[in-house]
Amino acid sequence: MAKIEEYIPLVGQAVIDDLRLLGERLKGKVIQHINSTPVGGGVAEILNRMVPLLRELEVDAKWDVIKGGEQFFEVTKKFHNALHGRTEEITKRDFEVFMETSQQNIESIDTYGDIVFIHDPQPIALIKKKAANKWLWRCHIDVSNPNERVWGFLMDFIVQYDSAVFSAPAFSRKLAIRQFLIPPSIDPLSDKNKELSQEIIDSVLKKYDIKKDKPIITQVSRFDRLKDPIGVIEAYLQVKKYIDCQLVLAGGTAEDDPEGFKVLEEVKEKAKKDPDIHILLLPQNDIDVNALQRASDVIVQKSLKEGFGLTVAEALWKAKPVVASNVGGIPLQIKHKYSGLLCHSVEGASFAIKQLLSSPAYAKKLGENGREHIKNNFLITRHLRDYMLLFLSLYHPEDIVHL
Amino acid sequence: MEELIKAKEPFKFCTRLHLSELTGLRATTLGQFLALIKQVSGSCIYHHTHRFLQQHQYLSPEPPNDFAYWVTDILGEDELGERLVSIDTIQYSTIRDLREKIASTIESYLKDSPLAKLKFARSGEEFHFIKSVSFILPTNYIAYDLKEFADVLKKITIDSIYFHIFEARLRLEKPTNDFAFWIENSLGDKKLANNISSFDPYTSTLEDLRNKIIQIVERKIVN
Repeated sequence: MAKIEEYIPLVGQAVIDDLRLLGERLKGKVIQHINSTPVGGGVAEILNRMVPLLRELEVDAKWDVIKGGEQFFEVTKKFHNALHGRTEEITKRDFEVFMETSQQNIESIDTYGDIVFIHDPQPIALIKKKAANKWLWRCHIDVSNPNERVWGFLMDFIVQYDSAVFSAPAFSRKLAIRQFLIPPSIDPLSDKNKELSQEIIDSVLKKYDIKKDKPIITQVSRFDRLKDPIGVIEAYLQVKKYIDCQLVLAGGTAEDDPEGFKVLEEVKEKAKKDPDIHILLLPQNDIDVNALQRASDVIVQKSLKEGFGLTVAEALWKAKPVVASNVGGIPLQIKHKYSGLLCHSVEGASFAIKQLLSSPAYAKKLGENGREHIKNNFLITRHLRDYMLLFLSLYHPEDIVHL
Repeated sequence: MEELIKAKEPFKFCTRLHLSELTGLRATTLGQFLALIKQVSGSCIYHHTHRFLQQHQYLSPEPPNDFAYWVTDILGEDELGERLVSIDTIQYSTIRDLREKIASTIESYLKDSPLAKLKFARSGEEFHFIKSVSFILPTNYIAYDLKEFADVLKKITIDSIYFHIFEARLRLEKPTNDFAFWIENSLGDKKLANNISSFDPYTSTLEDLRNKIIQIVERKIVN
């Protein structure tokens, strides 16, 4: 795992110096992260990187995990879907199951931190243990259109926290507590984002039998209706009428997701007549994803709904021109015509892809702007800085803080 | 080359880091937008007129503020967008004055073009009001003369340059930017101070601004 010093060539010495200055201001404070799982899922991935880096900056960061049985996690999965706006039948018993497990965790978990940092809804009820210490609730979910019953249930807990944190402005509501905007980030030194040699990129293309004889359009996403893979194929087919090109749809396997399996079958059906459409199942193969993104001429993220859409940041970090839907956190990453092209439809996506393939200089400029934007705003070093400022904000209610 | 004047009080470089605080307030129409612009805190007005400078350093001089971007790109009101873009921010010494100018620009546009009131943003494209919380920290860099000053300018973060040029003047309501103030009052060089305070920093990227100031200072050192 990369050390903080290793980020200096990417972001500059002064950025790391600033992080150290903030670390000094947090001396003596114990920051206790609590979430629901030590491995798997985006939150665990972030904490696995963040906690060691915070410690290197001399912030006393700890990480604890709640316990819960299968029933509890079934309920929290339902909550998750309902908060995303999906129709879910939530029963009175579901709320009871949630509270029973929460009560066991309230009794067993020591909330010793000067700052207790709760991630997502699963451990939210621990706030009942709030004493003189400070409590933060971090919502990693798109709650712009939540099931009001679940949201109302959570709200009783949320308002007891000192502050809440959301990933995009559209996820915020009027709340009685302070709420901050902290978007997620990518790690430029991870396998998914680090520099790769041309040999590695070529070997990955060879592995999947992709030739470099025509432009490559790629979407990296799990096979999910909300990522609109069928729409991507339709956009590609419209482009193909004018420009000979190929399409790569790369995503995780759908073994535990029956709906995902169905979507994959539909995608295969739609693609079967075209040898230039490559459907790749990449279970957690970060180097391959990295290589495919680097080998692409245009990267697409034509989601119908999106949490934050970090695949866009990954593509822009590689200075690739991106065509993406104007949903979720994507417009925070792309300013239309400055650092990529935003679209709202299949036709819009196809028009944008054609523009980029026909104007390489324009495409290159958008990609370069995009990389700069990600460098300044969506790398893990910015995320670390925001978290440290967030911790400090708990002790400074004013808008201009002199430290 | 003359010996450089040493200041009694060194220039102490600070840095400014910011956190975005959500308000939960959003506008869909120009009417709501105007009402909220009049009502939100000064920290909100500051955020939306200055965020682009820091977050899109490679883009400046355009688009310099969120208000103009939303009005133009989301509502399609190009003329109002142009009027908002052209507000000469450097002319305003307080956020209060800047807010009044923005509000009166929208009001007068709505008077001339009442149909603009009927436009609304699609779902997901509303304007979200956010405020800037600034954290100001002293860095370890200090300068006693122009040579040291130029050397530090080359290596400090753009956040520090941003703080001394933009935030100190507008948000902390100082009469000029910190660099010009120190050069005039601690080094007694009014001409150089005027040189540094006379250009419009809103029309450069922060890196260009850094280079421009270094150039002016180094030219002075040689002469």
